[in-house]
Amino acid sequence: MSLLSIRDLVFRPAGASCAAILDHLDLAIEQGEVHALLGANGTGKSTLAYVIMGCEGYRPSEGELLYDGAALAGLKIHERARKGITMAWQEPVRFEGVTVADYLSLGTERGAADSALELVGMNPALYRDRMVDRSLSGGERKRIELASLLALKPRLAIMDEPDSGIDMLSTRDIINVISAFKERGSAVLLITHREEIALIADRASQLCNGRIICSGTPEGVAGHYKKRHCGLCDGTECHYV
Amino acid sequence: MAQSVTMSEQEDLLRAYTCAGGDAAVLGDSSTGHLAASGHSIVSMRGVPGLVVDARETADGIFAAVTVKKDVRLAKPVHLCFGVLHAEGTQRIEMRVNIEEGASATFIAHCIFPNAVKVRHAMDAEVSVGDRAEMRYSETHYHGPHGGVEVIPVARVNVGAGGRYITDFTLTTGRVGKLSLDYTVTGGRDSVTELNARVFGHGQDDVRIRDAVLLNGRNARGMIKTRVAIEDDARAEVTGITEGNADGARGHVDCMEIVKDRAVARAIPIVQVNNPGAKVTHEAAIGSVDKRQMETLMAHGLSPQEAVDVIVKGILR
Repeated sequence: MSLLSIRDLVFRPAGASCAAILDHLDLAIEQGEVHALLGANGTGKSTLAYVIMGCEGYRPSEGELLYDGAALAGLKIHERARKGITMAWQEPVRFEGVTVADYLSLGTERGAADSALELVGMNPALYRDRMVDRSLSGGERKRIELASLLALKPRLAIMDEPDSGIDMLSTRDIINVISAFKERGSAVLLITHREEIALIADRASQLCNGRIICSGTPEGVAGHYKKRHCGLCDGTECHYV
Repeated sequence: MAQSVTMSEQEDLLRAYTCAGGDAAVLGDSSTGHLAASGHSIVSMRGVPGLVVDARETADGIFAAVTVKKDVRLAKPVHLCFGVLHAEGTQRIEMRVNIEEGASATFIAHCIFPNAVKVRHAMDAEVSVGDRAEMRYSETHYHGPHGGVEVIPVARVNVGAGGRYITDFTLTTGRVGKLSLDYTVTGGRDSVTELNARVFGHGQDDVRIRDAVLLNGRNARGMIKTRVAIEDDARAEVTGITEGNADGARGHVDCMEIVKDRAVARAIPIVQVNNPGAKVTHEAAIGSVDKRQMETLMAHGLSPQEAVDVIVKGILR
């Protein structure tokens, strides 16, 4: 049984007359698997992450999400988190008055902060008493977010474009984090638009116009993704296949 | 008419002072200056070399003149403890603080109203921070659960050339009752002013904060930072005023208010520049708890209420 099984998922924003952002999408993530989700901007990658996490306004219009064989429908974010699903947003928010050590202890036992910081290449002595606020650079904040996920020891970690933005993390940083997740037996849904990042994964899928248009080895999917800029895709077939 | 304080009242005040986070031992430390008053009565006071504390009881409170002598840099903070321990009463504090040229002092004040049902606490302070002098003033309130206290701190502060004036006002324990804080600081050349306030209102609490920094001297710096959280039917109005009146003056007003339930908050930043070489900025965030912050914390397994608590405690820290 897959850890997460997404079947025939449709997501259309409430009240919107536009086409579905996720259009009869199927995807399975296995226990302990690192699964890369490749797709250009606007293809629905982050939307899928929000739907899995159960964010407000991202309730599926159709289809089902099964986690350990049980439906996730109706569970709020924290209830999903307590089942082992968590997520690092593409642009992590800041928290005034919350130290890094306290932030990394949220939802888990204290004492995990230092080792988690070391895993993302941060010196605990320099960071544990810092605030998770605007005094951190974008890159520091992203590392701390990933450290917080590691401290949680989730069963499924969703990482939304850790390699994007002005303060993107290096491929080496991301490999280190992914390796740490794998050692802990966590599955990872690694969302990215860079094929070289996808090569870290065990498997990969390509998202286009809200549908998974191919899945397989990271090399195979990355090779397919390189030729993606057709602008003709209707979600039923890829013009470059 | 001035009242004498009983031993029991003194013990009660010290007990409440400890509950409010104060260290009662410092009041017995001969190397630490302090002033403690309960209602209209002076409980104890002490000056130390370079620090003169002159206080007397008045009809409705106390008058205190505190002077830190020229070029004296007090190694230990001066502790102030004011309070009304009865359910009803009035305490009017008149303070005249003079930090003379080149002097430096830190004041830690605790204001304690644990049983207030109908209590009025008014503070009227005139503060002079001399040239190159520094004053840090931290005031923490400890209120009871009834909301029956009216707190009216008014301060007029003048900061001399190269002087520094930094305050922290915290009222996050118990019910606020009615708060009407009004500080005005005039900053001289190369002076630095920081006004920080943190308040958590509940029930029918009424929070009004007015901070004004007038940057009158060349290269004067000013920062007003206010953090307010209110819930239930509480009301809050925060007015942050900064004027840039001299070349090189730099000011910033930063107000954040979090609103829950039926509470209503208002932020009024007033920034004015009267010299083309001055610059004043402001930011205000007001509303319910940030959705993205909530989602992030919930993704760590925190319930919505736990997430709100983390966010509110954080901004009030």
